[in-house]
Amino acid sequence: MGDLLAQAWIVARKDLVLEFRTRTALLSAVVFTALVLTVFNFGRDPTAVATIDLAPSILWVTFTFAAMLALNRAFQLELENGALEGLLASPLSRVSLYWGKGVANLAFVAVVEAVGLPLFVLFFDVPVGSVLLPLIGVIALATVGFVAVGTLFSAMVIRTRFAELMLPVLLLPFLIPPLVGAVQVTARLLASRPLSESVGYLKLLAAYDIVFVSLASVLFRFTVDE
Amino acid sequence: MSLAQRGRRITLVGLVLLAGVYVRALAYTPMERFQGPAQKIFYLHVPAAWSAMLAMGLVGLSSVLYLLLRDARFDRFAAASAEVGTTFSLVMLTTGPIWAKPIWGTWWTWDARLTLTLFLFFLFLGYLLLRSAVAEPGLRARYSAVLGICGLVLLPFIHLSVYLFRTLHPQPIVLKPSSPSLPGDMLITLLLSFAVFTVLYVGFVTQRYALSLEREAQGSGDVGRA
Amino acid sequence: MLQAEGLRHTFGRVVALDGVSFSLRPGQTLAVFGPNGAGKTTLLKVLAGLIRPQAGAAHVSGGRRAIGWIGHQSNLYGHLSVRENLDFWAALYGVPAARRGPRAAEVLGRLGMTDRAEQPVWSLSRGLVQRAAIAKALIHDPSVLLLDEPFTGLDFAAAAELRALLGELRGEGRVLVLATHNVDEGVELATDVAFQRRGRFVHCAPRGERDAAQIVEAYRRAVTDG
Repeated sequence: MGDLLAQAWIVARKDLVLEFRTRTALLSAVVFTALVLTVFNFGRDPTAVATIDLAPSILWVTFTFAAMLALNRAFQLELENGALEGLLASPLSRVSLYWGKGVANLAFVAVVEAVGLPLFVLFFDVPVGSVLLPLIGVIALATVGFVAVGTLFSAMVIRTRFAELMLPVLLLPFLIPPLVGAVQVTARLLASRPLSESVGYLKLLAAYDIVFVSLASVLFRFTVDE
Repeated sequence: MSLAQRGRRITLVGLVLLAGVYVRALAYTPMERFQGPAQKIFYLHVPAAWSAMLAMGLVGLSSVLYLLLRDARFDRFAAASAEVGTTFSLVMLTTGPIWAKPIWGTWWTWDARLTLTLFLFFLFLGYLLLRSAVAEPGLRARYSAVLGICGLVLLPFIHLSVYLFRTLHPQPIVLKPSSPSLPGDMLITLLLSFAVFTVLYVGFVTQRYALSLEREAQGSGDVGRA
Repeated sequence: MLQAEGLRHTFGRVVALDGVSFSLRPGQTLAVFGPNGAGKTTLLKVLAGLIRPQAGAAHVSGGRRAIGWIGHQSNLYGHLSVRENLDFWAALYGVPAARRGPRAAEVLGRLGMTDRAEQPVWSLSRGLVQRAAIAKALIHDPSVLLLDEPFTGLDFAAAAELRALLGELRGEGRVLVLATHNVDEGVELATDVAFQRRGRFVHCAPRGERDAAQIVEAYRRAVTDG
């Protein structure tokens, strides 16, 4: 187990160094997030619907799209000079490869969300101060779910035609349960309702994470090994 | 008798039986008191939903078997089952609104089971799109098996997440912990209809399977290609 | 020590490996010659554990950790420097952290790349990238080296240098397997020679006293007749 984690960290660290060095992908994702939030501002009638009612949907649709964008490039990195082939020829275990890519993706999406959340608060004047910690917790729970499935699928779509289109088509149905849970919990948090009202959805989010992280850890090797 | 012929015979038997069931449904089964003639579509809608679910379940099962045993027959079967399942979900998604308009007063509603069937349809479509986007047979079989398994695991989560909203749908009628609440005649017609749709499923899948075999024999090397 | 026993693998209807068996002891170099599409790359991938053969088995004492892989592509990350790449691959192959620096310096010195260590891989010429790829393959001091068309894209001088290096590596008691479509390249390195055609070894024998011209002649006959 310690060995698996150590190997995963080698892969994740390499991805993070690469990501930080090139930065283009990360910056693009951040700018994209800001743009989607702006689009939402103009895509609604402020006189008809109170912002606070729309806020959870705005936040989560934005995060869903941003995550998708981030996940699309996850394995693109490994196609350059056929690096993936080298990884597979090395003693690196497949589970470690999956976890390593997953951790790097998680960090990538987290950075985008860390910029997106303050922008969201700024643009839509949503009071999050008192619920910031639980809100971050929900974002973390849902993001783990997004990334667990997204990392698995992005390893498949890189070798298909129309990879950029294929990932959203395959992935979006899988993002529905975490999305539903996250939107509902966020709405209750923003309405200052007690956390006990969200227990059902929180359980859903946690169960989804556990099931899909485990399932993807088992299935991942079938996507890379011939 | 070749496989294709056998498939055609089974389908033919299924269609004749379907006509029989509908004669029974229209002429010999009592009219539902509140819904009137609209309820008759239910003998098509519910069994179609059953067959679509059956198809997805078997896609998942044969996907597991494929990854364990690497026998191309399971892949071919999964592909056939997914295509037939797509058709059945389409039947279910068209008969549903036809019934819902007079009874619920709306063509579409985001009710739990409706949403579930819509996602079942999306999953089938994604599965078939993925198959058409991968050219190499071995790769296609592995990828689609991974997706098939994930899809099957996803369905309960979708169900759970939309179920947490309030639901309009008539509650399950046959498999309820208490005794079935449908009057005897209607129940028998419905059960017959289930049997007939299962026969149709077997007939369609057999034909589709035979078709893939034929295409492979022609040397296109396309296992289970649409 | 490297052993292949009755290897067989097909892609659809294309037979890439058909009953290939051989074994090599330390200090032996097998040159596999064959036209494009003969299955040379598949053979190397099976030996490297990248493809699980449909029949037969390949065994390398020491497993993946003992293999140095040089494929068609460099497997190097363009935006990492040569040293960073070496450090990453050394870590993956389980070279202890304290040994990685000295080991990289040693390998770079041997390949005459010490002054290029801090350069990102994308900025290197084709010949230097190839050298860096060999450095990567040697970083963990493997006892078996698998080389797929290593001379492609190298100019005359670079190819001669590579040949000299491979000769040295052989002299150190490593096992080399070298696949190429060009008999002139690499024939003088070989202690054993195999001709592969449509997945089969049509010839596999020690080089003996034969000179390059005789082997080229034998290859022409073996590959063109029938």
